[in-house]
Amino acid sequence: MTLEIQDVTKRVGAEIHIHETSLRFLPGHFNVLLGETNAGKTTLMKLMAGLDQPTSGQVLIDGVEVTKQSTQDRQISFVHQFFVNYPHLSVYENIASPLRLARISSSDIDRRVREAADLMKLTPMLERRPQELSGGQQQRTALARAIVKDSKVVFLDEPLANLDYKLREELRSELPQLFADRGAVVIYATSEPAEALMLGGCTATLHEGRVSQFDETSDVYRNPVNLTTAQVFSDPPLNTAVVTKAGGRCTLNTEVSWELSGPQSQLADGEYMIGVRPHHVLPTAISEGVAIAGSVQVTELSGSESVAHFRVGEGSWVSQSEGIHPYQVGESHTFFMDVSKCFFFAADGRLVA
Amino acid sequence: MARITLNNIRHSYLPNPKSDDDYALQRVHLDWDDGGAYALLGPSGCGKTTLLNIISGLLTPSEGQLLFDDQEMTSLEPDARNIAQVFQFPVIYDTMTVRENLSFPLRNRGVDEAAIATRVAEIATMLELDSMLDKKAAGLTPDNKQKISLGRGLVRDDVNVIMFDEPLTVIDPHLKWKLRSKLKELHQKVKRTMIYVTHDQTEALTFADQVVVMNFGQVLQVGTPIELFERPAHTFVGHFIGSPGMNVVPASVVDGQVQVAGQVIDTASDLTNLRQGSVEVGVRPEFVRFADAGIAGTVETVMDVGRHTVVKVRLEGIEQIINAIVDEGDSIPDGPVHLQFDAAQTRLYEDGWVVAETQG
Amino acid sequence: MKTSNPRAWFLVLPVILLVAFNALIPLMTVVNYSVQETFGDNLFFWHGIGWFQDVLGSERFHAALGRQFLFTGIILAIEVPLGVAIALSMPRSGPWVPICLILMAMPLLIPWNVVGAMWNIFTLPDIGLLGYTLNSILGIEYNMTQSPLAAWITIVAMDVWHWTSLVVLLAYAGLVSIPDAYYQAAKIDGASKFAVFRHIQLPKMKKVLTIAILLRFMDSFMIYTEPFVLTGGGPGNSTTLLSIDLVKVALGQFDLGPAAAMSLIYFAITLLVSWAFYTAMTKDDQN
Repeated sequence: MTLEIQDVTKRVGAEIHIHETSLRFLPGHFNVLLGETNAGKTTLMKLMAGLDQPTSGQVLIDGVEVTKQSTQDRQISFVHQFFVNYPHLSVYENIASPLRLARISSSDIDRRVREAADLMKLTPMLERRPQELSGGQQQRTALARAIVKDSKVVFLDEPLANLDYKLREELRSELPQLFADRGAVVIYATSEPAEALMLGGCTATLHEGRVSQFDETSDVYRNPVNLTTAQVFSDPPLNTAVVTKAGGRCTLNTEVSWELSGPQSQLADGEYMIGVRPHHVLPTAISEGVAIAGSVQVTELSGSESVAHFRVGEGSWVSQSEGIHPYQVGESHTFFMDVSKCFFFAADGRLVA
Repeated sequence: MARITLNNIRHSYLPNPKSDDDYALQRVHLDWDDGGAYALLGPSGCGKTTLLNIISGLLTPSEGQLLFDDQEMTSLEPDARNIAQVFQFPVIYDTMTVRENLSFPLRNRGVDEAAIATRVAEIATMLELDSMLDKKAAGLTPDNKQKISLGRGLVRDDVNVIMFDEPLTVIDPHLKWKLRSKLKELHQKVKRTMIYVTHDQTEALTFADQVVVMNFGQVLQVGTPIELFERPAHTFVGHFIGSPGMNVVPASVVDGQVQVAGQVIDTASDLTNLRQGSVEVGVRPEFVRFADAGIAGTVETVMDVGRHTVVKVRLEGIEQIINAIVDEGDSIPDGPVHLQFDAAQTRLYEDGWVVAETQG
Repeated sequence: MKTSNPRAWFLVLPVILLVAFNALIPLMTVVNYSVQETFGDNLFFWHGIGWFQDVLGSERFHAALGRQFLFTGIILAIEVPLGVAIALSMPRSGPWVPICLILMAMPLLIPWNVVGAMWNIFTLPDIGLLGYTLNSILGIEYNMTQSPLAAWITIVAMDVWHWTSLVVLLAYAGLVSIPDAYYQAAKIDGASKFAVFRHIQLPKMKKVLTIAILLRFMDSFMIYTEPFVLTGGGPGNSTTLLSIDLVKVALGQFDLGPAAAMSLIYFAITLLVSWAFYTAMTKDDQN
């Protein structure tokens, strides 16, 4: 099974919500749409699900054009951020509802409902009503309804956003396995980079209605093609700074400069934007580390890691490190940037090294 | 500003509670220093909101006393307690401008206009709201609205405590991070007593100096983020804090030795007073490493979360998954593996509670 | 997000047809009458805007329109504040809520003509409870068939009795939708009761109050049955409101042309005032 969009655009009045986009999604792993709120994730999903019509372009399921087909005929499931269940039906009937519509024999329904309920750990509460369940259980009911009907495509629109932190963590690691063997194309929208990483599979990064990159998740994370992708896929935010390259040296300001090596040294002389993730800026000396002194503005210590926000000239930087580093607010501290993990972007935002 | 004492407080929503189960909040005794940052952390329904409502005055506890600087507050109305609160959903006065919103608490207390103007300007700068002071508050983004609710607490200098009830719920994820650091920064600047209620460990741990972890109406542990991370007093604390949480593995004590899946392991716990039989071993994924010998298992899944990789290993003999964290760049094993636990960070738990450590 | 799907038009087609049969076609008939003169025998002659000029220039119309605005103004001035006050004093939760709601809804369930008849009997000076009490026990002269003031007080009292509940229910719905956090925040901010009303309750009730005022304006402006049953427009013409006058012209004198012109002017005024009011009330939300 495949889902494909070709040259799809969406325009509402004079506003462009989705710029020309072509993507091809395969089953067997999660396809994550990652972007901030209003980046166009939900719009794109609605276009693919048939809940909305593209201004131009085509949607294909298994190579067959379905652009004009109604949502009901596309054999898809859609799970929303808010738990959508039928309040007057039991959990059992909620899960069975798509099968009842498909006129499947009741013994078959029973088997499939129980199977889905088992996967979602809902078996003990099949006879309850949705409002008697916790948020996590309600969302699992909605998820069970999505998997019970053998859809070709399953859309999950930030399904965990309204759940407790720990519950989110648990479901996040369970979900890919639940969908692994079902043969459906799974498309999952999220605004959290960490979630995309944990779900694995492939990720498309979206920003202002444009897909900036689509590839295997860890590849997109490690080798972003441009600044936009790197920024969308970084939490805490990517540290950026303008540097000047001259000969083999790279200069950030009067105090910070370093010798370039590898592909970075091959770049033409001139100004570049560098991007470095907060966990590659550390409070203790490292090999290939370039010292940057900054004044500490805010510190956040969780039990296992330390985060420091510091200022270097006009720029604000973030360091995220394992372990506990007792910074003093207002003090000047020397951080070490792992320059081997630095991205170099050209003026147009393209990754050049 | 004030020191807060919760003196043997417990609460039941039932008129005549009989057993401990009837209490939504089990007996709590806490002392909070003036100017500290505290967090109440736990899953939905753990009693943290009940505790918050007792402090803010929306609830009068069934038993015990609440003291601000040794002054009894237990049954005073919220407005008599001099507190401020930021709610889950932004509460702002729609018809007023940002400036009027921030002035409102002072105006209600009859502060003179010149003093109000100076104070509001000061707080607006601190919260980076200067540029929108004359805008209608109703049209602002949720994060700015939350800053206004906070600002209404900050303008008063007689506030005993500022409370936050899951204040980042309606904030976009990419702004959450900014606002979270802003709150921390503010606390470091103004040094008011602040209490932050949340189910999100990251928010609690990064904000607070002391975190109160709760579950089933019970306070399980009070400690600094480091203490909670390194020495969880209860398996729930271990599991709830950390991503992924602490591994809790069934174990047995045989002849003064701890065995996991038939393998003897070293722990930091004192075994002398321990009964023979089944206990649990708790070890964080950060302190599990791969070795040539040790507990046998098979790698099941590998999750690359960017900064490091989480490897799920199924232990041989017992149906138990163990998470191990491998640093970015280190090699990731495949297939059959052996695990070693860092003995200094491995503890025994009996009925959920940690067993004391060996001295010295 | 807006989308257009041509098939959607088929779905609204039945409604369009229904509205056409219900409203547009009868309205067109009225428009048709308003520009023609008839002398019976189904013979009609073109009369242009003559009837409109006549109606707009007639003193009778001015008087009826004046009485109409006075009536609507008085009842709005009483019902809206009273309704809000009652809604504010109702409990927000607890066992009394359904009881209050049912009590409030009761007058709304009584048909118009019954309300008129009830108040007619209620105020009769010889046997009516109110009429008898005022006249014979308290010694206050009160007879609405003779005194225009008494007639006015009676129709206003009747309307207030019948319709304040509507304002109460709508205002109450607005009030209970305010989350508790707002009240808590106001308490913490040290706000007075009046400040809570002015800055929380009133703004949150604005939308429903707009609807309440619109409904009460339109309903009271077109009121017919109750005053007709109660006073028949009298004594004299003192309570002859626009609709009563209209029926007198149309059915009493069978002047179809002037009646049609009057209806259209009537309709235009109602529409214009409602639109102006609604635009003014929702202007803030636009920007």
